[in-house]
Amino acid sequence: MNGSMSYLDGNAAAGELNRIFAVDVTNAKGQCGNCGAKGRFADAHLYMQCPGLVARCALCGHILLRLVHMGQRAFLDLRGMTYLSLDTTE
Amino acid sequence: MEGTAVLGRVTWRTATVVGLRDETASARTLALAMNDWPGHIAGQHVDVRLTAADGYSAVRSYSIASAPSTDGHIEITVERLPNGEVSPYLTEQVLLGDELELRGPIGRWFVWTPEQVGPIQLVAGGSGIVPLMAMIRSRESAGSNAPFRLLYSVRGPEAIFYHDELQALSGERDSLLVTYAYTRVTPKDWPRPAGRIDAERMANDSWPPELRPSMYVCGPTSFVEHTTELLIAAGHNREKIRTERFGATGETK
Repeated sequence: MNGSMSYLDGNAAAGELNRIFAVDVTNAKGQCGNCGAKGRFADAHLYMQCPGLVARCALCGHILLRLVHMGQRAFLDLRGMTYLSLDTTE
Repeated sequence: MEGTAVLGRVTWRTATVVGLRDETASARTLALAMNDWPGHIAGQHVDVRLTAADGYSAVRSYSIASAPSTDGHIEITVERLPNGEVSPYLTEQVLLGDELELRGPIGRWFVWTPEQVGPIQLVAGGSGIVPLMAMIRSRESAGSNAPFRLLYSVRGPEAIFYHDELQALSGERDSLLVTYAYTRVTPKDWPRPAGRIDAERMANDSWPPELRPSMYVCGPTSFVEHTTELLIAAGHNREKIRTERFGATGETK
């Protein structure tokens, strides 16, 4: 168990991220900027009971991605990941 | 495909409710028709948006239950959550002919396609059966012989979704095996007491690690956590386990 906050899989962010990206980010591989773990974004832990959307590394808990909407703008913070490797054939 | 540049982007479209079917006392299947549905892969979900007269709107994700088809129809199964904002409407108030806003299909990770011929282990907790049922139906409609096993954890016999269909498909072509794990109430004369899936049950009712099955686990977060730990303890490779947790996401806009 990971504390009292319940989380979802990175998969659940697909709808929101598809509003911004042309390919499915949840199917991408990425590297955690803190512990260096490489994995599918789908396996990250996703927290949605907050003003925005927060994805954390499944291994070390480091924040990988934050997405917040304010009015007509979306603010995306991706600095928690070293890189994302995306399938462009979709 | 035409218009590839915009296809990856998911936009809201209008879906018409063309069928309603109760699965259990608290869950209902909605058949939806769309003019411009691009088709889906088993395991994908859609987002449904409801907007009130004052402009307040709420978005929820629902797994697609039906097999892929090209006729513009999909089915979703919705479990009514106490104090839910969206599920009570979808399970109690929606009528044939009503229109919903929907975007999708969404997700390319928690999916099964008929090209996957290896052994598949499905583990469902409660309404986590929905995307796994889409995989079972996809397997059936494609005539796939991929060896499937489903371990379906439910509170009791009354809580089983798709009961008759699973019954009819189980044992089909000797390669779809369905086993139930009852957590609260068992049927009469059931050989095992009600309880959570444990290591022994997992070992009895799932493909052994030596077969290197691909595994799909879907259910509430605590169920997925518990089940994944059992699978890894049994010797399965974490890389082969795909999970989809669900919970109250409370996403509103």
